[in-house]
Amino acid sequence: MRAVISVVGKDRPGILACVATACAQRNINIVDVTQKVLQDLFTMIMIVDLPEDLENMHAIADEFEALGEEQALVIHVMHEDIFNAMHSI
Amino acid sequence: MTRTSDNILETIRMIEEESLDIRTITMGISLMDCADSDIEKSCEKIYAKIMRCARNLVPAAKDISREYGIPIINQRISVTPVSLLVSVSGGDPVRYAQTLDKAAKDAGVNFIGGFSALVQKGMTPGDRALIESIPDALACTDIVCSSVNIGSTKAGINMDAVRLMGQVIRSCAEKTKDDHCFGAAKLVVFCNAVEDNPFMAGAFHGISEPDVVINVGVSGPGVVRNAVRKAGPDASMDEIAEIIKKTAFKITRMGQLVGREASRRLGFPFGIVDLSLAPTPAVGDSVAQILEEIGLEQCDGPGTTAALAMLNDAVKKGGIMASSSVGGLSGAFIPVSEDAGMIAAAEAGTLKIEKLEAMTAVCSVGLDMIIVPGDTTAETLSGIIADEAAIGMINSKTTACRLIPAIGMEAGDHLVFGGLLGEGPVMPVEKASPAVMIGRGGRIPSPIQSLKN
Repeated sequence: MRAVISVVGKDRPGILACVATACAQRNINIVDVTQKVLQDLFTMIMIVDLPEDLENMHAIADEFEALGEEQALVIHVMHEDIFNAMHSI
Repeated sequence: MTRTSDNILETIRMIEEESLDIRTITMGISLMDCADSDIEKSCEKIYAKIMRCARNLVPAAKDISREYGIPIINQRISVTPVSLLVSVSGGDPVRYAQTLDKAAKDAGVNFIGGFSALVQKGMTPGDRALIESIPDALACTDIVCSSVNIGSTKAGINMDAVRLMGQVIRSCAEKTKDDHCFGAAKLVVFCNAVEDNPFMAGAFHGISEPDVVINVGVSGPGVVRNAVRKAGPDASMDEIAEIIKKTAFKITRMGQLVGREASRRLGFPFGIVDLSLAPTPAVGDSVAQILEEIGLEQCDGPGTTAALAMLNDAVKKGGIMASSSVGGLSGAFIPVSEDAGMIAAAEAGTLKIEKLEAMTAVCSVGLDMIIVPGDTTAETLSGIIADEAAIGMINSKTTACRLIPAIGMEAGDHLVFGGLLGEGPVMPVEKASPAVMIGRGGRIPSPIQSLKN
């Protein structure tokens, strides 16, 4: 299942590495990454392949949110369909 | 790939900062197969059917919400108008209300609608029994909602029912006077009621609907307001309409996705997505503030009706482009006690019932959540209902009244319901009595608009 991981927070070294490591530990394959820094604000969007397991999806969403809180970042994991539905005709 | 990181961030911002949400997933359940000439057997079958169909509704909504990252605020149930079952079984209709209350609570939903009767052209004994039992039914239950359709463009207005509903509303408020007159807040009087509306308190499961159906109500006044704000003061009205349309498109798409997903997981067909800008008392989640953002100093001054007409129309156009299953009421709601901007205008004493009545000619529903003085007579309430129904009948649109007489209070006092129903000032009502006209009863014949064949 495809999901979107979004990360927003104050820029500093190691954010991408931290999120990518968390993905690797959970066997999540990263398909695409866009990131930019505007003034001091770090924004990153990752498209990832999640293991096919609903229970797992809930746990992963919880874990990444917790990771975000730890690192003073806002991290969301959402099913990619929501973005396709809203932004394409 | 059409998706860009800007789109993704826009969606996240809508949810995080602008209160975008799925307001309700409402499961419509037909009770026609529960009808029995023995009221107790009928109630047993109703309880069993609701539990069988709706037991997974709340867990499924929770799962979808987590997975897609979209808040789903309410799960609700609507059922076949109960007056039909009363017609078969006879007995005390309050038994049905208690059964619905228990089933809804056991299923974990927060409202159940359908303690209803459709009497636009005439009343059966079952309809009359149900209507007369509404005050007791709403006083002795917590989450049952009731609605009565008293008029339509096709049938005209049933003035006997209008007279009765004035008395019923007063009685609802009196029986719950120690509980913020809450009974009256759970009762809607409709003209041209729709059969697939997922929003409370007016939801019921129409008789032309399938056995079980999933309807979704999406909202998002905050999202529309921010989109209008970003356009700035120099954008022309047609540019503003275009922006609202595009925003409505996105919101509807989200609703459709969630509706289809809920339908797949629960194994019942998907019905409609109702895109209604339904305000909540939360800061920024206000329809009045959209109108103010369009360029009114306060929601009630000159220009308000025009701005609301454009808003309501643009919302529908965006919705209809996004989904072939747009239904329900789809438009802008203007419930006074649930909208921070409306409350402010009413507190200031500038927003009057008469202005709201004009606004209901161009918004999606009617005089909603309006608190009137406790000494407002049943005839006056009936007069307001008749006026509102006339607007709906002539304009071929749904109109409704949800009026709450605040027993023991007068204009300028303040009534607090709490939660989604909010709070508001008691609004003054014109004192001149319509008692003779209301006393006449009978029908207002169907208008010339009804003869389309």
